[in-house]
Amino acid sequence: MKMLDWTIVETLAALDSAKVSALELAEAHIAAVGSLNPHLNAFITITPEIARKQAHAADVARRAGAAPALAGVPLAIKDLFCSENVRTTAGSKILGPFIPPYESTVTGKLLSAGAVVLGKANLDEFAMGSSNITSAYGPATNPWKRDDGVKLVPGGSSGGSASAVAARIAMGATGTDTGGSIRQPASFCGIVGIKPTYGRCSRFGIIAFASSLDQAGPMARSVEDCAILLEIMSGFDPKDSTSADRTVPNFRAACGRNIAGMRVGIPLEYRVSGMAPEIEKLWQAGIEWLKQEGAEIFDVSLPHTKYGLPVYYIVAPAEASSNLARYDGVRFGARVEGEDLIEMYERTRAAGFGAEVKRRIMIGTYVLSEGYYDAYYLKAQKVRSLILRDFREAFANVDVLLTPTTPSAAFAVGEKMDDPVTMYLNDVFTVPASLAGVPAMSVPAGLDARGLPLGLQVIGRHFDEESVFAIAAALERAADFRSLPQLRAGATP
Amino acid sequence: MSLDPATVRRIAKLARIHLDEDELPRLQKELNTILGYVEQLAEVNVEGVIPLSGGTEAAMRMREDVVSDGGYPEKILANAPDRIGNFFAVPKVVE
Amino acid sequence: MSYTIEGATGPWELVIGLEVHAQIISKSKLFSGAATDFGAAENSQVSFIDAGFPGMLPVINRECVAQAVRTGLGLEAHINLVSRFDRKNYFYADLPQGYQISQFKHPIVGAGKIEIRLESGDVRTIAITRLHLEQDAGKSMHDQHASKSLVDLNRSGIALMEIVSEPDMRSPEEAGAYLRKLRTIVRYLGTCDGNMDEGSMRADVNVSVRKPGEAFRTRCEIKNVNSIRFVMQAVEAEARRQVEVWEAGGTVDQETRLFDPTRGETRSMRSKEDAHDYRYFPEPDLQPLVLDESWIEELKCSLPELPDQKCTRLMRDYGIPPYDATVLVMERSTADFYELVARGRDGKLVSNWMLGDFFAGLNRTGRTIETSPVSADNFGSLLDLITDGTINGKIAKEILEIMIDTGEAPRAIVEARGLRQVTDIGAIDAAIAQVLAANADKVAEYRSGKEKLFGYFVGQVMKAMSGKGNPALVNEALKRKL
Ligand SMILES: [Mg+2]
Ligand SMILES: [Zn+2]
Repeated sequence: MKMLDWTIVETLAALDSAKVSALELAEAHIAAVGSLNPHLNAFITITPEIARKQAHAADVARRAGAAPALAGVPLAIKDLFCSENVRTTAGSKILGPFIPPYESTVTGKLLSAGAVVLGKANLDEFAMGSSNITSAYGPATNPWKRDDGVKLVPGGSSGGSASAVAARIAMGATGTDTGGSIRQPASFCGIVGIKPTYGRCSRFGIIAFASSLDQAGPMARSVEDCAILLEIMSGFDPKDSTSADRTVPNFRAACGRNIAGMRVGIPLEYRVSGMAPEIEKLWQAGIEWLKQEGAEIFDVSLPHTKYGLPVYYIVAPAEASSNLARYDGVRFGARVEGEDLIEMYERTRAAGFGAEVKRRIMIGTYVLSEGYYDAYYLKAQKVRSLILRDFREAFANVDVLLTPTTPSAAFAVGEKMDDPVTMYLNDVFTVPASLAGVPAMSVPAGLDARGLPLGLQVIGRHFDEESVFAIAAALERAADFRSLPQLRAGATP
Repeated sequence: MSLDPATVRRIAKLARIHLDEDELPRLQKELNTILGYVEQLAEVNVEGVIPLSGGTEAAMRMREDVVSDGGYPEKILANAPDRIGNFFAVPKVVE
Repeated sequence: MSYTIEGATGPWELVIGLEVHAQIISKSKLFSGAATDFGAAENSQVSFIDAGFPGMLPVINRECVAQAVRTGLGLEAHINLVSRFDRKNYFYADLPQGYQISQFKHPIVGAGKIEIRLESGDVRTIAITRLHLEQDAGKSMHDQHASKSLVDLNRSGIALMEIVSEPDMRSPEEAGAYLRKLRTIVRYLGTCDGNMDEGSMRADVNVSVRKPGEAFRTRCEIKNVNSIRFVMQAVEAEARRQVEVWEAGGTVDQETRLFDPTRGETRSMRSKEDAHDYRYFPEPDLQPLVLDESWIEELKCSLPELPDQKCTRLMRDYGIPPYDATVLVMERSTADFYELVARGRDGKLVSNWMLGDFFAGLNRTGRTIETSPVSADNFGSLLDLITDGTINGKIAKEILEIMIDTGEAPRAIVEARGLRQVTDIGAIDAAIAQVLAANADKVAEYRSGKEKLFGYFVGQVMKAMSGKGNPALVNEALKRKL
């Protein structure tokens, strides 16, 4: 059905001109979720009744001439955002029975804007992963097929969100990005995703993984759709001390900006050995497209890039080990009884957490422990300082940076899983921007030799998402990426 | 630095995660792979560098002292795996 | 001579340091908007933040920060313009987040001091190491159910100041005086109510012993002692235990202990079986706490007069001795009452009566200066009646008792009960004549040299006058007659 292919921009126009009702749109999506989710496992929980109610409310509001900005747009919500009275699991068994009595700020803003929530999207457990295979509710699947036909991962941790949006069973989705969890799955699934500046979106009500890195952001099928969603999701929240007290710019307008004269940096250090030739080629194409639109290209150096991953794999697990201490079986979630309190804790956490989460808690506990703090955690924070300094220096001369999003296209379940570090290398291009807190966006730009989507990443200055949107929109226009995943609503799988 | 089994056990204890003995070798190997990987930070000169803690460098905002929250014990307890009246219940602790 | 414990091998000196947790007076919690009232229904003053729910974030309360700064200023301490919060990680049923937000490396208040006055009259200065802000944990109850502990999170997240002293104290008396003085200071400042029964102030007591002249030996920490008396007892008991251990050839292990007031001894805490590793790291949900110098100046200007300043001023303005002034300033309300009465009166007379019969009377009836039935006005009038000779001291004591029991005004009591002092010489002479006539034998004895009988005659005359005779006039007239 055509309407499932619409962008949010097209949908809002259709709703406004009464070409379609929000309820019709919701029903079409609910039906598509019903037929495709068994293949994709993109949703952990589906909420058709809630969606219908919201769609009906959107129609009523629109007829009354009081439709808010997003009235009737069907979205998937990553199951890391707490939804009031809807089970929220973080992809973990330990939160299997958890029903939050509150709504996250970001999803609250989307609801106020009239969004229709189709369900809670699958993710790596506690957002720890780049493949979605760590979800306790089974992995989500990438709707794209490689030439060998094997099942591919959608990327992670916002893999369910990316899969749903790419397969057209949701028009857009929320994601969270700690080291690449929006950008990498967006790239793997051929959609657009932006991690805004740290502090742009409130973290209140989002289940914490690594507090100093976590940022919410939108995932959608066009740059402009992302701009619409991010504008709603953003804004100061007094309930989050790290939320930035800044006005939200008009991101949508930024998508139409002329980029002539903008300065684009190409970081030398992102040219890693062993990078797929198609990615190298695509990167070059991106440079040419921007040049054609009048942007100026400069080589820049971010000398500490290679230390991004090791810093990340100290800082993120350290914060996670502490953030996940609250899952102890006392106040919420699953409990396994024990002879005494300590045994109850140990059994609850052993049964409730999956292998990757335990691994990271263990690493995090170790790097913070007495005698090792200085060598690991403190050292990592100092190198993190240097990484931020690299970006600051680069941004003294250029407006944005252009890099590939990932070192490869989506891989199959079982690949890259020999040891945790091989898997971690997926995030090599996305992690530095997370550590520096700068905004970064992935735009689908082409296919690899085996027919899989590849993304380009645009990184901007702190709170300059507008430049990121402007450049990303230019790339989108030039790339004219029209390929579709094999598994999608309206197509025969 | 390489973790021995005793250290892995100690960390698991600190993290309050029960470990079966047969899980230990695999976990020890994985943790050592990760630690081996992050070891490369040793080569970075960080003399005089101020550590970056937190995702933002702004100073902290303060809220006013008003009672604006709480007063919903039922919501606080609704998800509790075990409760007695309006208390959370846990296995008895002997001090 | 300094305080020591006499062991078999000679005298042992005590080394004591205190970590006091003082609950900050504020309407809402340190990082959440939940209320802080004492004694509310279980889990009713708990926000999702205090219960450590997923996705919850802390936002700091300005008043709690102000209270910490005020306290720091009251301790003449250095206020750090930039401080930070850290997470202290450990698992416990009443610690919902699995960590306590505290200040480890960069506390809000640095070095300060407290002066204490000992019974000997000596004044000692105890150095304060630091004061930091942190959140309180909830409360576990272990004796309400056969197989379970019950957890109430009302206290979880309430702001605490942890005030750490240097190991400067050398006797139980000094530890008690330090705690009493600290309590006085925070109560003056209005930053903590100092109510130890309700747990608003709790002390962790670090104790070690050593031979005079030695370096420090291993210390033990006695956790959560909740009265000044218990702190003094715990110090004594723990020091004696350590002396015994050392003298038996053993070594004292650094450990956490509990004081059992019923048995008067400390014991090792069983639940702390594994060594703690708190894995402190900077709290990523909170930025550095940066204070404005002008704001600190504002807070400084609005501070009340503190006990030491008040003490000096009372001695100067009312001419009272250090002991009286020290006792009077212990509670601000007492000093205020004193000043209300002493203004325009004889300061020493007022403090004598206040610290003597008045306090004894309040004690007897289980009341305090705040709940006193005797107003400052009435108390002043009573002293005026003595000064102007309307009543004598003995009658005044009786009247004060009546005032404490009934709250009546002293003049009314005097009139209603006819307690006015008799200064009429005729009446006095008549009473003397009567007493001398009835005791002719004793008069003879007196006249033959047994002069100590004089007191007996005074007593008999006063008795005959129902205690209302003016003592000076009675004395004078008796001497004349005898
Ligand atoms: Mg302490
Ligand atoms: Zn403390």
